[in-house]
Amino acid sequence: MKARYLVPLGIFAVLVGLLWAGLYLNPREVPSPLIDKPAPEFTLPRLDDPAAQIARKDLLGQVTLLNVWASWCAACREEHPLLVELARTGQVPIYGLNYKDTREDALRWLNGLGNPYTASAFDEQGNVGIDYGVYGVPETYVIDRAGVIRYKVIGPLTEDNLENTVLPLIRKLQG
Amino acid sequence: MRSALTVGLLLCTFSLWAAGTEQQNEQLEARYRALTSELRCLVCQNESIADSHADLAKDLRNQVRAMMEQGKSDREIMEYLTARYGDFVRFRPPFKPVTAALWFGPFVLMALGGGLLMVYMARRRKRVSNAPLSSSEQEKLATLLHRTENEGKG
Repeated sequence: MKARYLVPLGIFAVLVGLLWAGLYLNPREVPSPLIDKPAPEFTLPRLDDPAAQIARKDLLGQVTLLNVWASWCAACREEHPLLVELARTGQVPIYGLNYKDTREDALRWLNGLGNPYTASAFDEQGNVGIDYGVYGVPETYVIDRAGVIRYKVIGPLTEDNLENTVLPLIRKLQG
Repeated sequence: MRSALTVGLLLCTFSLWAAGTEQQNEQLEARYRALTSELRCLVCQNESIADSHADLAKDLRNQVRAMMEQGKSDREIMEYLTARYGDFVRFRPPFKPVTAALWFGPFVLMALGGGLLMVYMARRRKRVSNAPLSSSEQEKLATLLHRTENEGKG
């Protein structure tokens, strides 16, 4: 067999390889332009106390997780036990950004399922969500001491991404 | 008389002003439609934020409208959104090193295919025009010609 007959076969093999790899890519995971950039400024009322405020500066000085959640979000329910468990271990403070929710529903959710959050900010209009490039709740940001976003999980936290990516990164940033 | 004139003038001014703002509104509306159809909704990724019914698309539409009312240019609005959602929000991504393959890939492939086709055609032409007939082929040709000549007569 002549080598030139192998050329189309080679091209075909490359194409199959690319398509095969494409099957395992998640089109919903759009790389965020905010990685390695300072977390956007925000000042919002606290979920549990409309009179008190929570701002970006409250997160500084420590490595934090900022978890965007809502009571209407089904995948948030899925990841919630993991957050509660993580909060119990005290490895990292978890701040919540309650996104486009009602105060009543959100508080009922926390009372029923447990509250893993050091504090939750109440973003009723979703404006802070837009500043953070939120498009698929839940989303979780790893923010370092200086307030720089180091990593973002789009979609629910799982044992896999928590153990293999998020926690090692947090330990590295804390160390 | 004078008051009638004043009223008339006022009416004229008002209608001119109204016509002016209406035209402005139309321009703004056209800009708004053009811009929101250029922006991808990240929730339902093949829809523009102009078409999508997703909640986020609605919020982003409102944001675009608010920024237009503040007098922001299309470029400023695009920059605002790409700073938050990345180049992926744009249906026409900007030209950058990482998007070069996207912009040039089809042309490179076309040139490659065209080049291969031309090489193939050139080789084929050479093979067809320069090959002398072998003696057996000559003989065959002669018979064929002979036969057609005879048929023509008959």
